[in-house]
Amino acid sequence: MSPVDPAPAATLTDPLLRVSGLKKSFGDNEVLRSIDLSVQAGQVLALVGPSGSGKTTVLRCLNGLEQPDAGTVEFSEGPAVSFTAKTTRREKESLRTRSAMVFQGYNLFPHKTVLQNVTEGPIQVQKRPKAEAIAEAERLLERVGLAEKRDDYPHQLSGGQQQRVGIVRALAQQPALLLFDEPTSALDPELVGDVLTVIKELAEEGWTMVLVTHELAFAREVADTVVFMDGGVVVEQGPAQDVLRAPKQERTRAFVHRLLNPF
Amino acid sequence: MELPDIDWQLAIDSFWPLLRGGLTGTIPLTLASFTVGLALALMLALMRISGNRLLAGVARAYISVIRGTPLLVQLFVIFFGLPSIGVTIDPWPSAVIAFSMNVGGYAAEVIRAAILSVPKGQWEAGYTIGMSRGQTLRRLILPQAARVSVPPLSNTFISLVKDTSLASLILVTEMFRVAQEVAAFSREFMLLYVEAAVIYWVFCLVLSTVQDRLERRLDRYVAR
Repeated sequence: MSPVDPAPAATLTDPLLRVSGLKKSFGDNEVLRSIDLSVQAGQVLALVGPSGSGKTTVLRCLNGLEQPDAGTVEFSEGPAVSFTAKTTRREKESLRTRSAMVFQGYNLFPHKTVLQNVTEGPIQVQKRPKAEAIAEAERLLERVGLAEKRDDYPHQLSGGQQQRVGIVRALAQQPALLLFDEPTSALDPELVGDVLTVIKELAEEGWTMVLVTHELAFAREVADTVVFMDGGVVVEQGPAQDVLRAPKQERTRAFVHRLLNPF
Repeated sequence: MELPDIDWQLAIDSFWPLLRGGLTGTIPLTLASFTVGLALALMLALMRISGNRLLAGVARAYISVIRGTPLLVQLFVIFFGLPSIGVTIDPWPSAVIAFSMNVGGYAAEVIRAAILSVPKGQWEAGYTIGMSRGQTLRRLILPQAARVSVPPLSNTFISLVKDTSLASLILVTEMFRVAQEVAAFSREFMLLYVEAAVIYWVFCLVLSTVQDRLERRLDRYVAR
């Protein structure tokens, strides 16, 4: 594994991302009822909880894919957006300059090759020199073991390979924050490991991440902080070991027990 | 019914004028109308999905009128109708205007459906790599929508090739007009009209081949 990418210096006093009072309803359905979170630079935060608990919605509010009804999303060196009904598209878009996302369903661009998928953002959006963007993309593909797939189209790859391309596409943007939305949920069980390994390596290198996951064992191993959500509120949060091994709240305990003992 | 006594000499003599009518009338008329019509259709499709109720309403009304009235009537309104309110347009531009407006109305729905068929995750992936809506549409969504819309747009195109024969009624010299003139002169109606039909058919066969190739080219990234 090659040495660290843009190594984020961990400053414990100043969180990279601060979220407060996040509220979101879909019609009558109140999905988020005031969520507060903060993520230190270099930290991995895992959002866990039953389906419908709002964890994916939180993640999607962090980059404006969903527009919260209220609350603020604030990066330490900007941008910061206080959401109201009048929040403009431009403000929402500003959040995307600091983060990149890895999707559950990969969402690779089917009409572009692996390499083009990765360089699309750097070249078209960030206007980086083409040769530099390609060299960077090749280096990143190399580290996830997909160098020889650079000219393939996504449909020619397995799910695990596609998701690794998804991760590389996110890394290529050199974001301050990586967002993972259930990155292994769509994968065949035997392919999950490859993807988790890559994410774990990134965590060890000091990337700041927010991760929505059902893989509790993985969250325990990789996350610094675990946030357990249920019914649109944060039920419990704290160091991964505490929340997942010795949960204080009954709801957390029931959830962890259910996932670890499915039968 | 009597057996046709084919005047082969006339068939041969009239072939070149007819083909020339096709090459200088039918084909340029089709290409010009389709190009303008497609641009119009894209604009209308984007208006309909814009989320702006006024724009969407205007596009919807336009499409409804175009699809709800005969092409021949549209053509006559432009060529014979407009002069009575002081707007006189020559035959050729009249035909191009009528056909483009018509193609625009039909193709708009095709393009709109094709855009909507691209999964929402593609827009989101575009947004999360920092693209604006316009950039995402242009670089990610439209190329994928293009693949979906080739077969139905080819239909529109092939219909257009044949519909241009209506321009003969507003004095545009395209293939069918030539056939009519030669037929009137020689009294060989059957021969000339069948000959014209054959040439239209060959044009459309060629177009179908082009469509196949285009589909195969755009298919290279699709799982089979």
